[in-house]
Amino acid sequence: MERDNHQEGEADGVKICGPTSDGNPPGKSCQRSPYLDQVTRPEAEKTENFECQNSVSGQQSTRGPEDATHDNDQSDSGEFVVTMLAKAKLEEQGIGVEGRSSPLLEAGTLESPALASHRDEDVTADSWRQHRKHVFVLSEAGKPIYSRYGSEEALSSTMGVMMALVSFVQSGDNIIRSVYSEEHTVVFLQKGPLVLVCVSSSRQSERQLRGELLYVYYQIISMLTQASISRIFEHKKNYDLRRLLAGSEKILDGLLNLVDSDPSFLLAAVHCLPLASSLRDSLSQILQKAITPNLVFSILIAKNQLLTIVQEKTVIEDTRLEPADVHLLLNLIGASSAFQAGEIWTPICLPLFNPDCYFYAYISYLDPPECTVCLLLLSTDKEAFYAVAECKRKIEEAMVAQNSLNLIAKVQPYSVSQVGVSDLRHFMYKPFDVPDNFRQLTQFTSPEMEAPYSNEEEKMRLLDLYRYMHSRIHSTSRPLKLIYHVAERETLLAWVTSKFELYTCFSPLVTKACAINAITKLLRWIKKEEDRLFIRYPPKYSTTPNPSKTSRGGKSDQQDSTDNGFLSLL
Amino acid sequence: MGEQLPSVPGRAQLHSDTLNRPVQTLRVKMVLLGSSGVGKSSLALRFVKNEFRSTSPTIGCAYLTRVVHLSNVSLRFEIWDTAGQEKFHSVTPLYYRGAHAVLLVYDISKRKTFVRAQLWLRELEKHYIPGSTVIWLVGNKEDLAQNRQVSVQEGERLASDRGLFFMETSALSGDQISELLLAVAHRVYECLGTQQGGLSEWEEYPFIDLHHRDTSNPFSSCCKVGP
Ligand SMILES: Nc1nc2c(ncn2[C@@H]2O[C@H](COP(=O)(O)OP(=O)(O)OP(=O)(O)O)[C@@H](O)[C@H]2O)c(=O)[nH]1
Ligand SMILES: [Mg+2]
Repeated sequence: MERDNHQEGEADGVKICGPTSDGNPPGKSCQRSPYLDQVTRPEAEKTENFECQNSVSGQQSTRGPEDATHDNDQSDSGEFVVTMLAKAKLEEQGIGVEGRSSPLLEAGTLESPALASHRDEDVTADSWRQHRKHVFVLSEAGKPIYSRYGSEEALSSTMGVMMALVSFVQSGDNIIRSVYSEEHTVVFLQKGPLVLVCVSSSRQSERQLRGELLYVYYQIISMLTQASISRIFEHKKNYDLRRLLAGSEKILDGLLNLVDSDPSFLLAAVHCLPLASSLRDSLSQILQKAITPNLVFSILIAKNQLLTIVQEKTVIEDTRLEPADVHLLLNLIGASSAFQAGEIWTPICLPLFNPDCYFYAYISYLDPPECTVCLLLLSTDKEAFYAVAECKRKIEEAMVAQNSLNLIAKVQPYSVSQVGVSDLRHFMYKPFDVPDNFRQLTQFTSPEMEAPYSNEEEKMRLLDLYRYMHSRIHSTSRPLKLIYHVAERETLLAWVTSKFELYTCFSPLVTKACAINAITKLLRWIKKEEDRLFIRYPPKYSTTPNPSKTSRGGKSDQQDSTDNGFLSLL
Repeated sequence: MGEQLPSVPGRAQLHSDTLNRPVQTLRVKMVLLGSSGVGKSSLALRFVKNEFRSTSPTIGCAYLTRVVHLSNVSLRFEIWDTAGQEKFHSVTPLYYRGAHAVLLVYDISKRKTFVRAQLWLRELEKHYIPGSTVIWLVGNKEDLAQNRQVSVQEGERLASDRGLFFMETSALSGDQISELLLAVAHRVYECLGTQQGGLSEWEEYPFIDLHHRDTSNPFSSCCKVGP
């Protein structure tokens, strides 16, 4: 019975149903509805702020949660949202029960129990609502594609409602951007045929949350390419993209966990492992010597951080590797323990480099069985496996000769105590606008998080403080250059100049003068250590004999032929 | 398991336990195909290390090697463990092209994977040249016999109808794993080993040659990079 009900709901994605047939009184469902009722609740308190942005104006909306109370305008759309969301709760009740044995699981696409961890969550449970950050991905037709917690099936009606919301606002030439309540921020992002929604109680700014949704979008693109997603949905509007993403939930889950716990994403910069510059140079040289035609990037990673990156000359002349692409690669490597099983050869798209093309990534660990040092070689030639594997062999040989692996094994993240400034507990320093040296890859440096930030909860608290400082610094309505923020258990100072962006955390009793003094010392220390803390001059090599023939932006002639296999199996 | 199959990942080694060490080592490209979750990577891990570990879904394709010693020859199996996830289907032909042996794997406790194996077979038959590839239908997870959805007879029938070899295995228990690899080795050597242009000899680094063969192909480069 429930199944029928469910399938009906899915048949036309945005259908909004009344109470379901499982006999729950509507009133009760309202009480037990997921987060959505919290979005609607402020309506009664007249604090709701529903932002619409006229797409024609193209102006960025920048209002943060703190502005919500200033806006009591109750637009028609706002009322619509409330009604839609209120209706949505009713159906959630019925579907949620089914969520325990979702058809997705029965269909066997998620056989491994490890994969199902968050997927079989009961979406009607309190614990489900209390997740700090929900992320949903749906198609324009309202079909569920991904949910961070709970199965997409169980949530299909919620997603349908979200989509109804988006299309309603779109029909008025507006693009829905966000909905605020006292406790939650709901942010929408539409990219092509995909709609991404974040429901967060993390108190992050809308802009930060949208940035995170963008990472999710890019990770999907990295697996499927933008071109093929558009093509699929042009072909069939209500295509179920989960077919193509089955098994990738873990990669998206992993990404969202990283986004929450790794400031690289917030800063949009790459964190490299501190390394004596002589060692880094020798590693770069090893990579530089092991090349083959069509190889474009050689990347060495240890403990999930960059050791060095070497690039094909012509590739880098007119573009640079974006930190986001590096983040996606690192996440992909981290998300699959299967990489430890041998050598991997897989198509992968670097969305910021070119969202429509695949690179072929060769991935292999150099130190089995520990598997902490990973080599990643990116080629544009899908046939190049053996040639690229040969590069790895050369690299391996050279590293043995130079004892590199032992040296890498000794590398540690550094401690803030090395700076020699008392009261300084932690910092994040991101240089920019430094001609040439850093331009090719935006990086930041940061010491290990030590006591009192050694447990997960405290780490997260510090990161939240940084996120808050970051949102203040980058507020488009009222950007600030310097913020001195006395929090309960620490004092923070954030400072942005034309040369760098700096976030520092001090013990609570530090005075402003002391902190500023400390920062002067810190900057001096970073300057002194900069060769060790950053990849200073990303080395280049040349493998493309005739670069003029190739084009980065050009549509790939390969696209169609690679798609044949896929289409023929549809 | 794997008594006479010492594990040699990567390179050929001398084995004191092999009295008549074969002089010749031939390369065999073996590809594992089948739905996601049927146990391809688990089988590959058994072949190479005789281990069973929890695995993640494969991304793209994993490449592993294993040398099998027959009485008068050694075969260096280059195992291409493909990803069963649908998003990788578009690139799978890249991996199975030129394979000497294909293991078409399904899960005996999931009928859907058996149906899917037949789709793969149809796909394969479009590409392969008769006599150049040895295909095995492999029903894995034989330890889950209590949940069996595909009978042994069905597997056998499909295999004999389409001229395939058939075996049921369990990567979990290790049952029939070394038997399978040995049987494939014998069969491949019988069918292709002596044939002109069948199997190439393995030299330490035969890569450069392989690469240049394909660079003139207009389809050899997907994403063109440069200014
Ligand atoms: N009971 C049982 N489970 C198995 C067996 N072989 C593999 N599994 C389990 O099945 C699941 C999937 O195994 P994998 O080897 O990763 O499957 P795969 O075919 O490589 O999947 P893809 O890489 O996604 O194509 C894992 O949880 C394995 O532990 C087996 O023989 N018996
Ligand atoms: Mg696998």
